[in-house]
Amino acid sequence: MRTAQKIKEVLIGKLILACGVLSIAVVVLIFVFLLRDAFSLFDSYPLIDFITGRNWYPISEPPVFGILPLVLGSLLVTAIAILLAIPLGVGTAIYIAEVAPGWLKEILKPLMEIVAAIPSVVLAFIGLTLLAPYLQGLLDLNTGLTALTGGIMLAFMALPTIVSIAEDAINAVPRSYREGSLAMGATRWQTTGRVVVPAAMSGISASVMLGIGRAIGETMVVLMVTGNAAVMPTSADSVLKPVRTLTGTIAQEMGEAVFNGPHYFALFAIGLVLFVITFAVNWIADLVLYRYREGE
Amino acid sequence: MSGVSRQLVFEKIAHLVLALIAAIAVAPVIGIIIFLFIKGGPALTPEFLTSMPTNGMKAGGIFPAIVGTLYLVLGTIVFAVPVGTLAAVYLTEYATQGRLTRYIRLAIANMAGVPSVVYGLFGLGLFVLLLQMGTSLLAGSLTLGLLVLPVVITAAEEALLAVPQSFRQASLALGATRWQTIRRVVLPNAIPGIITGTVLAVGRAAGETAAIMFTVAAFFLPTLPDSPFSQAMALPYHLYTISTQVPGMPEEIKWGTALVLLLLVLSFTLTAAVVRARFRRKRRW
Repeated sequence: MRTAQKIKEVLIGKLILACGVLSIAVVVLIFVFLLRDAFSLFDSYPLIDFITGRNWYPISEPPVFGILPLVLGSLLVTAIAILLAIPLGVGTAIYIAEVAPGWLKEILKPLMEIVAAIPSVVLAFIGLTLLAPYLQGLLDLNTGLTALTGGIMLAFMALPTIVSIAEDAINAVPRSYREGSLAMGATRWQTTGRVVVPAAMSGISASVMLGIGRAIGETMVVLMVTGNAAVMPTSADSVLKPVRTLTGTIAQEMGEAVFNGPHYFALFAIGLVLFVITFAVNWIADLVLYRYREGE
Repeated sequence: MSGVSRQLVFEKIAHLVLALIAAIAVAPVIGIIIFLFIKGGPALTPEFLTSMPTNGMKAGGIFPAIVGTLYLVLGTIVFAVPVGTLAAVYLTEYATQGRLTRYIRLAIANMAGVPSVVYGLFGLGLFVLLLQMGTSLLAGSLTLGLLVLPVVITAAEEALLAVPQSFRQASLALGATRWQTIRRVVLPNAIPGIITGTVLAVGRAAGETAAIMFTVAAFFLPTLPDSPFSQAMALPYHLYTISTQVPGMPEEIKWGTALVLLLLVLSFTLTAAVVRARFRRKRRW
């Protein structure tokens, strides 16, 4: 081989390696950036007050950056979303994988893909113009922009993730399991409920984890339909009141925050909290999925 | 009733409940699309698509937002497709199944899970401020490029893996180098899969809002962007601002904008599905 060609091979190999490890670099860089700016805040503002503070008054003098109401707001909206999305998503996955005839699968699966493809801002717009006024009238509320409204929209958005991964998990259950169960005289439904679904449980839980990750990180929907009131959602009727989330706060306030001011750093610190939460959720889901692929 | 027939009745009920659940899960998407067409359809005139907004956005069209989104999408794929494809080449052709590969896969999975608003923060910190690109098409495209990278890598990897090992062996046996084999044999056979990933990435980038809010998007600009360093209007951000920040906005313009954005994104999704289906059917090996 000519030397020039050899050098070219080596250089291209290096370029390809660089592109390969870029994703690691990006994840690390995002983390470092968030960490750096978050720590600029903690130089002047105690970390403990940031995490446990019950008030978020970023533009008062002096500013107060307690993210507890935002964390609880995110958790509340996500909890509502996931409580709705688990039965709907897992049920739909079981239906598609085990019950639905072929032609119906060919309709249901593309519809789920369309749900996944709809831009979040369009869904947020629908939530704002259709769902919020409807819930306001139905439940006789002061405003339709509530944690419940956000939760319902997020449940809808988390569905495609849950359905597609749970369905894969159910399809991955070996045929012999089903045949064994049916041969023992079990009905199809007994086979589904007692053999197939339990065998697919790790994949189904991973799908739910990823759905949670999707819901916590979603921005436009919560920004536009949850009302953005930074109050502690701890009363009994908080579900029907406006809340504010971590993502919504960043989106709402970054435009006004002064570059390299405390408010700016505080929003990056919120970004760090979000990054850590979603990283943990995805990592756990990945571990579960990896274990179950290994087990095949 | 005997035990068996009771079980069968129970099975019928269970299947019915599951069917009902599936119907509840997919009904909203059908409703949403129908609503968007009914309410937004009348707004979709040629003037709406090709004229500037007037009267504080309350009249006129959404032309600059469409142009801005197209520029952004173009910038995104110019960055994400070569880089993502080469990353997939690394994973399928160069990497050994070791710790590094495992970390790369974990990183890709996590990139896919990072909230888009965090990409927005990162783009603001790195591209807009540290690298001094300012709020610009360039900064926005790079931010979106990172956001869609996992989509491109995953699709390209799937396409590369589908190329039979014997193709590579034949090429190497003829004396071609590794890169020659990849360039002339492996990549050409993986093109449809790479196109699928590209189109999916385009759809994702075109609909993204939170990542462009602080990196490129402008509320209103009197002229079209004329360089990569210009700010730009974009459809998703436009929909957000006119539906939340402009009081007295005519309903028709809001629904029309939402419909245009939906149609744009769905046309990409549909294209990707068609390319994938044709590719699977035409594959000769």
